[in-house]
Amino acid sequence: MDTFTTWFFGLFTNWPVVWKNFDYLLIGAYPQGPLGGLAMSIVMAVIGIFGAFWIGLAVGLMRLSRKKWLSWPALVYIEIIRGTPLLMVIFWFYFFAPILLGQAVPETHSAIAAFTVFTSAYVAEIVRAGVLAIPKGQTEAARSSGLSHTQTMMYIILPQALRNMIPSFVNQFVSLTKDTSLAMIINVNELTLSARHIYTRTMKAPMEIFLTIAVLYFIICWVLTAFSRKLERNMSRYQARNNAH
Amino acid sequence: MPLIEFHNVNKWFGDFHVLKNINESVNKGEVLVICGPSGSGKSTLVRCINRLEDIQQGEIIINGQVVTHKNQDLNALRSEIGIVFQQFNLYPHLTVLKNITLAPIKVKKITKEEAEQTALRLLDRVGIGNQAHKYPIELSGGQQQRVAIARALAMKPQIMLFDEPTSALDPEMINEVLNVMKNLAREGMTMLCVTHEMGFAREVADRVIFMDHGEILERGTPGHFFTSPEHERTKAFLREIL
Repeated sequence: MDTFTTWFFGLFTNWPVVWKNFDYLLIGAYPQGPLGGLAMSIVMAVIGIFGAFWIGLAVGLMRLSRKKWLSWPALVYIEIIRGTPLLMVIFWFYFFAPILLGQAVPETHSAIAAFTVFTSAYVAEIVRAGVLAIPKGQTEAARSSGLSHTQTMMYIILPQALRNMIPSFVNQFVSLTKDTSLAMIINVNELTLSARHIYTRTMKAPMEIFLTIAVLYFIICWVLTAFSRKLERNMSRYQARNNAH
Repeated sequence: MPLIEFHNVNKWFGDFHVLKNINESVNKGEVLVICGPSGSGKSTLVRCINRLEDIQQGEIIINGQVVTHKNQDLNALRSEIGIVFQQFNLYPHLTVLKNITLAPIKVKKITKEEAEQTALRLLDRVGIGNQAHKYPIELSGGQQQRVAIARALAMKPQIMLFDEPTSALDPEMINEVLNVMKNLAREGMTMLCVTHEMGFAREVADRVIFMDHGEILERGTPGHFFTSPEHERTKAFLREIL
C-alpha cells in the first residue's frame, strides 16, 4: 500500500471505542438516564415535522386567502422565518421562552419549538405551491355545484394537493432530521452531542466516532428519500391532468 | 315570464370589454345555442349566469330574482344551475360514483344511499351504468364528459349550461355526448349551449344567437339562422364552420 492509503486507514483504527459506546450513540443513557443520541434526533424531527405540518397547512392556506388580513400576516411570518438562520431561531427560543413563560424551559422543548416554527414556514410554501398546482377547473367545477369555499378545499383541492406535496414534504423532513444536529448548541443531547460526549470522555477515536454518526444520519435520510420516491411513483395515477391545449 | 333574463349586461376584463349591452331572455324548457368565433364572449356570457364570472353593469334575473347583486347566496344559486365544461373537470381522486354524489350529499344534504341511487340511475341514462366504481382516468373522453353531465344533473338543476362540451373530444366521441344532450333537450331541460356543433343546433335548438366581439349580432330560429342570416359576420362565420 502506498503511504497515503496507509496513513488514511491509520486514522481509523480505534473502532472498539465506537462499539463500546454504540448504545450511547443510539439512545443516550436511556433507560437509566435521559434519552439521547439518534433516538433524540428522531424524536425531535418527528415531533417537529408533525407540528410544522399543521402550522404550515394553516399558514399556507392563510397565505392563499384573498383576504388581506389573513394573507398578510402569513406572508410576513413566512418571509421572516425563511430569511433567518435556523441556529438563530433556536437561540430565540432558548433565551426568550423562559422569559416569556416565566419559568425554566427544558432545552429539548425550546429546540423542538424552534424546529416546528422554522419548518412550518417551509411547509407553508409547499402547501401554497401544492394548492396552486391544482388546475383551476377543479375549483370551478366544485364551486359551481354549490360547494362552499371550505368544502371545495376540504374535499377537492387539499386531497389532491396533499398527495402532490408528499415528495417535497419528505424532503423537508430529511432536512430537518439533519438540522436537529444544531440543537447541540443549546446542550440537547442528540446524536451529534452524544458523539462529542464520547469523544471528550475517552479523548480517543474522533474520526471513527464522527464517521459513524455521519453514516447514521445518511442511513436515516436515504431510507426516507427512497420511501418518498416509491410514494411518488405510486400516486402519479390519479392526478388531475391539465389537458388544456 | 322568462326563466333567465339579461338586462343591459356589460363586463370588462381590465380594459377589454367582453360583454357589450347584452339583452336576452330564455324561457323555461328552451334550448338556446350560442355560437361565435373564439374570444367573442360566448363562454363568458354563460359563466355569468352561475356567477363564475361577475358582471360590472346591468343585471341577470333568474325566476324573477336578480342574482347579480352583492348579497346573492352563491351556493344556493349554483346548486340550481348545472354546468358542463370543455375540460370535463371531473375530480380525479374520486370514483365516478363519488364525483356524482359529492355535491348532493354535501350541499343538498340528502342521504348517501339516496344520492347513490340517483347517481346510478343517471349513469344508466347517459349510457355508462357499469362504470360507477372506476376512476375518471380509466374512462374515455366521451365517457368522462357524460359523467360530468350526470354529475350536473344529480343536483336536479333548473338550468343546464354547456360550455363547449365537445371541443376537447376526439371526433368519434362527439356524438355520444351530443346524444345525451339531445335527450335532455327532449325531456324539457332549459339549456344554454356554447357549441360549434351546427348539426346539433339545427336539430335541437329553439333559438340560436351569434356573438362577435362581445355583442349579440344575430338571433333567431335555426331555420332563420342557417338559411337567411342578416349580418355579414354571421355569414362569414357560417361559411367558415359549415
